[in-house]
Amino acid sequence: MKRYILIRLLESLAAIFVITVLVFALTHMSGSPVDALLPQDATQEQIDALVSAWGLDQSLPRQYLSFLGNALQGDFGDSLKWRGYSAMGVVADRLPQTLYLGGIAVAISVVVALPLGVMAAMRKGGKLDKAAQLFSLFGQSIPQFWFAILLIWFFAVALQLLPTSGSGSWQHVILPAIAMAWFQIAALSRLTRSAMLEVLDAEYVKLARVKGVSETRVVWVHALRNAAVVPLTYFGVLAGSVLTGSVTIETVFSWPGLGWVAIEAIRARDFPVVQAVVVIFALIYIVCNFLVDILNAYIDPRVRA
Amino acid sequence: MLTSTRASAPERSPKRRRIVSASLWTLPYFPIAILLCVLIIPGLFADFIAPHGAQEMNMQARLQPPVFFGGTWEYILGTDRLGRCILSRTMHGAWYAMSISATGIIVGVTIGTTLGLLAGYARGWVDTLVMRLVDITLALPAILLALALAAMYGPSFKSVITVVAFVLWAYFARQVRAEVLVLRERDFVARAKVAGVSHVKILLRHILPNVLNTIVVLATLQVGIVISLEASLSFLGIGIPRPTPTWGILVADGRQLIVSAWWISFFPGLAILLTVLSINLLGDWLRDRLDPKTRPM
Repeated sequence: MKRYILIRLLESLAAIFVITVLVFALTHMSGSPVDALLPQDATQEQIDALVSAWGLDQSLPRQYLSFLGNALQGDFGDSLKWRGYSAMGVVADRLPQTLYLGGIAVAISVVVALPLGVMAAMRKGGKLDKAAQLFSLFGQSIPQFWFAILLIWFFAVALQLLPTSGSGSWQHVILPAIAMAWFQIAALSRLTRSAMLEVLDAEYVKLARVKGVSETRVVWVHALRNAAVVPLTYFGVLAGSVLTGSVTIETVFSWPGLGWVAIEAIRARDFPVVQAVVVIFALIYIVCNFLVDILNAYIDPRVRA
Repeated sequence: MLTSTRASAPERSPKRRRIVSASLWTLPYFPIAILLCVLIIPGLFADFIAPHGAQEMNMQARLQPPVFFGGTWEYILGTDRLGRCILSRTMHGAWYAMSISATGIIVGVTIGTTLGLLAGYARGWVDTLVMRLVDITLALPAILLALALAAMYGPSFKSVITVVAFVLWAYFARQVRAEVLVLRERDFVARAKVAGVSHVKILLRHILPNVLNTIVVLATLQVGIVISLEASLSFLGIGIPRPTPTWGILVADGRQLIVSAWWISFFPGLAILLTVLSINLLGDWLRDRLDPKTRPM
């Protein structure tokens, strides 16, 4: 177990390393980083300050090390678009909004997908099962941004039930959370269903039935607890889908989170902020996957081998 | 996984598995028909069948609704803010969806297959290096690379291809390597070696043909994912640059007008949905034919 954790930890660190190299390389590949990191009208003093702070007069490996040192301290320079803020400050300011939206989306998808998957497995081939399959097929095929626009059109414009965009009240979070959860429900319910089908066939489930345990208890307690390992593996992927989703969904709904900031920053060529967002996104994603893998190995010893 | 060989007969290079051995009756006609109507025919022949040019403006006919919602037959699916025909633009968009995803898949598959062949055949440090790269690639969401590339180079054709290739190569490398590990131990490879065939020739003539089927099937399964990825990037303004009428950009065009002119975003988005849906159905069918084990129970 210790060995497994160590290997996964090293892999995660390697992935983070690659991301920092990527971000560093991109600033240097398209001409001078001075142009990328400072506004057009920067004074000579600002340029000199940047050159000495980042060590731009030194060799590339040394530059990378000083970039890494700054990055480890959370210093990606100052934002060009949001004057007076550091790039990391902008990110820290918006991160809670993304986590809030993502958290609600994940909660919705778990609450809907787990029972849906279990019930579909219980009545395999039944009407609910067929409906769930159709649903997950559509859920995985529909473009997320288009679905979000349709939601706005239907609930906010035609029915006038919910606000079209922005944030502030609990009503604001409903549509973006549904748009984000849709795809996850499709995948998670399918996964739960197949895991349940496998477990419902197992000896101990048959034993529980023979012992006279009620069918409800057999399904929801005995079987689900063992089947839940499979959807758990999916939570690592889920973290990625929340991050990716946050970029599109937040842009469509003008939700003031990290994804929206990333797109705004790209439009304004605000490279320090983009760098900070990319590194933080990668960090969240890699840490989530690391934790899921460890948890999985803890629950299921076969994974460790 | 591999074709059975008769015990008595000396082993030869196995015949390629037949993917489409289905009789005409079991073909999934519905998805194929949708795909032809929405993607392939408009994509190839947009210049001949589209009623208007993709960028042709008509200021007298701005924001016209579709024909059954109070519009005219001149613009069947309505017009946008500049009086451009939505039907024609969506038809031209099919070409970009096809060509961009094909280019991206070819680049990604070529890189992935080459590295997978090398890793599986050479083993040793080459294998370790390639597989570590695969792990790292799979550990990073594509959106990160897309954001970083867009920040540096702005929206461009090249950055979309790079992102698509980045997403795909690792899957192909891993799959091809796994198959090569099995194939390299087979007798026909050993015989080729004894006969003095060069490594390059063994890889290209004896091993590659045997993994080709897997590659084709995997690539088919990825087309839907690639088309939606490209559409999302273009929609966000970090994919194909404007004014190219890709489906993602067409949906983005109507986003601000969703209250007054829903048709601008609706029809290009519907085209994406129908295309990806039918490709997923085709993929499921293909997977079922090849490997009954993965069939959803």
